[in-house]
Amino acid sequence: MNSFKEFIFDSKNTPIEKKYEQIFNACAEDSKSLSDDSGNDLYELIKKLRYLTIDKPVIFIGMGTCGLASGAGKIKAAIEIELVKKEIDAKIIPTGCIGFCAKEVIVDIKLPGQNRISYCEVTEKDIPELIKTTLIEKKIYLPKLLATYGPSDNVLTNINEIDFFKKQKKIVLENCGIINPESLDEYIATGGFSGLHKILKKKSREEVVNDILKSGLRGRGGGGFPTGKKWQLASEQNSEIKYIICNADEGDPGAFMDRSILESDPYKLIEGIIIAAYAISASFGYIYCRAEYPLAIKRIQNSIDKCMEYGLLGSNILSSNFNFHLKIKKGAGAFVCGEETALIASIEGKRGMPKPRPPYPSISGLWGKPTVINNVETLANVPGIIKKGSEWFSNIGTNNSKGTKVFAISGKVKYSGLAEVPMGITLREVVFDIGGGIPNDKEFKALQIGGPSGGCLPDKVMDTPVDYDSLKSIGAMMGSGGFVVMDEDTCIVDVAKYFLSFIKNESCGKCVPCREGTTRMLEIIERIPTVYDSKPTANPLDQLQRFKGIIHLNRLANVIKDTSLCGLGQSAPNPVLSGLRYFKDEYEEHLYERKCRAAVCKDLLTFTIDQSICNGCGACVRKCASEAIIGEKKLPHKILQDRCVKCGICVETCRFDAIQIN
Amino acid sequence: MHTQIFRNFPANDRSNLIAILQDIQEIYGYLPEQALQDTADYLGMALSGVYGVATFYNQFRLTPLGENVIRVCRGTACHVKESANILRALECELGIKVGETTRDKKFTLESVACIGACSIAPVININNEYFGRLKTKDIPRILNVLRKEKAVKEQENIQSSVST
Repeated sequence: MNSFKEFIFDSKNTPIEKKYEQIFNACAEDSKSLSDDSGNDLYELIKKLRYLTIDKPVIFIGMGTCGLASGAGKIKAAIEIELVKKEIDAKIIPTGCIGFCAKEVIVDIKLPGQNRISYCEVTEKDIPELIKTTLIEKKIYLPKLLATYGPSDNVLTNINEIDFFKKQKKIVLENCGIINPESLDEYIATGGFSGLHKILKKKSREEVVNDILKSGLRGRGGGGFPTGKKWQLASEQNSEIKYIICNADEGDPGAFMDRSILESDPYKLIEGIIIAAYAISASFGYIYCRAEYPLAIKRIQNSIDKCMEYGLLGSNILSSNFNFHLKIKKGAGAFVCGEETALIASIEGKRGMPKPRPPYPSISGLWGKPTVINNVETLANVPGIIKKGSEWFSNIGTNNSKGTKVFAISGKVKYSGLAEVPMGITLREVVFDIGGGIPNDKEFKALQIGGPSGGCLPDKVMDTPVDYDSLKSIGAMMGSGGFVVMDEDTCIVDVAKYFLSFIKNESCGKCVPCREGTTRMLEIIERIPTVYDSKPTANPLDQLQRFKGIIHLNRLANVIKDTSLCGLGQSAPNPVLSGLRYFKDEYEEHLYERKCRAAVCKDLLTFTIDQSICNGCGACVRKCASEAIIGEKKLPHKILQDRCVKCGICVETCRFDAIQIN
Repeated sequence: MHTQIFRNFPANDRSNLIAILQDIQEIYGYLPEQALQDTADYLGMALSGVYGVATFYNQFRLTPLGENVIRVCRGTACHVKESANILRALECELGIKVGETTRDKKFTLESVACIGACSIAPVININNEYFGRLKTKDIPRILNVLRKEKAVKEQENIQSSVST
């Protein structure tokens, strides 16, 4: 027997319900009791699918988008060639992303009877040596060793004991990077779909809604609305047709946890969606996924097809008379479609513009029917809650924020990647203990959290615990969970400018405060680092405008916040407001001293050549497009300030670091 | 060519509009005017309605693309890691501004909000292949490789057409 499908659809006369029951009962067994009872066909299959008994070496390669971008595709090809060359019989399994993106490409090797060992930052050059050491000599390849899945000893460390994973608690990401995301059998063998089986057999719809209510699960997409309440409202509606929509339109720049779940553990998400559909008695569902995630769409489509084959989707799911159909809708690249009502408009084939609420989608959503919209991470939490109980879930986290949250750590940080931590851990722990702090001995300046709707937080609030309410009180929000770390080389004014131009471009244009307000705000912020007097088009009023704008900035921000139609506009001023709150001195420095301490705002910089370092090689002279650098050969050169356009190309060209920026 | 797409979707049901437009763009690389008109007729909508949707979403283009599409990620993490410089380097090397196509129709330069590969910032995506942890000095090399690949392919095409 090679798959559960064979078992379910074999020729024996056992009723299909019994077979499902046998499978889920067997998969609930832990590894030890499986090996005690050998000879059972089903047990043997599960052991094989969990890689407990393997007859040849297995090589796992992390092949999510981040792995592929780091060269996992080439590594896989190189390993295949090497195996043929050395005549080794081994199996290659592509997995998703384990979350330690900074160390990609990650290759795990498991030999029969031994623990799985993880190697990181593997390059093509390593392959011959890696294959020779591990598969032929059966030793550990030390240069690229990361960790082991077995217990620690003096050479190997357990993967959950290394710094990046030590403080994490994995619920949503438990399978990511470990199982093969294309194989439904592997997901079932690790206990997947047993939650669904349990509720379809034993629980009423109300009980499921109650379980989610009691667990305290809140929406992970940003707002933090209690998921159970949403479900309750929709389940109370009297309508023959109801919809469930999974919001996988992860538009927040700096967040990529949804992509990772979609690519690395798609079945968990689908199980969550089916459970939600059962709870509100929806018969149709959509996964609204960004077109920018082609691999995720491919994996989800594959998973839906497999689930149909196994009778986990479609009509009469697990022979329980429950029918549910799931479809993918590809987004077309509009940030505002992350907003519930805009997303519904987009599925209906219209321009993705939000509508005023109420009525809430739970009462009147897609095509006027009750619709529940949940984020990917929210739904991926559901199978765990059903399987292990709401109490187990509500014991993790803080009073008002239960469970875990996945954060995408990126920017100027040593270990970028995905970290799933229990709520209540401090920001500092996430950035410095898990993320490893700032590289190159630079100073930490700010943490940008929650994407364009969040805020920039300084060092002094870094001991704030991570939960919905604490983050709100310091002027940020959970958002979708992007953590972008900034060091001393990042300019706060420039970051505010960046976010505003993003919001301005993505504003759908329906309501005036957002459409006009963000444009005005961007104009005001753009004036701060601009030098007008040197330009031929300079207007004497421009400088006056700069100060006038600043006076109005705070008020304008509050008007946008109070009067915008949807979440995009309401949170648009946050990056500016949090900047003014915590980094006022930097704004003032730009305004009064005309200085940018991070040397980012080009207009405010002056480039000079250090006469004691320059040896007159002339490399910069050749590159300078505005002919602003003069000097005799082999003698120190000079920059003519009135010609310099501050493009910075001389700094990049100079091999002696002679060009100084003030 | 695009009329075949309509077979997969029911007529007069506008909920499939975005999916149809996506499929049309898959074939041509952009949305030709005739295709928009045909879509409007098939779905029983006004052309202005189709045009409204096509111009609302960032994914849709009304002008043809170059052979190589370079997408520069402008997400937060990439911005902090100086993706603006990467974009400028590409603009300098190609001699075009973002959103434009070179006159020889070889390269199109676009910027996208975030491609979700923040951990390897700054990232660009060329013809759906990702290039991460970039530095400005890598840009000329990457472009040269692309130019060379194209030249080799063209050479092969010429040779094969001569031999046949």
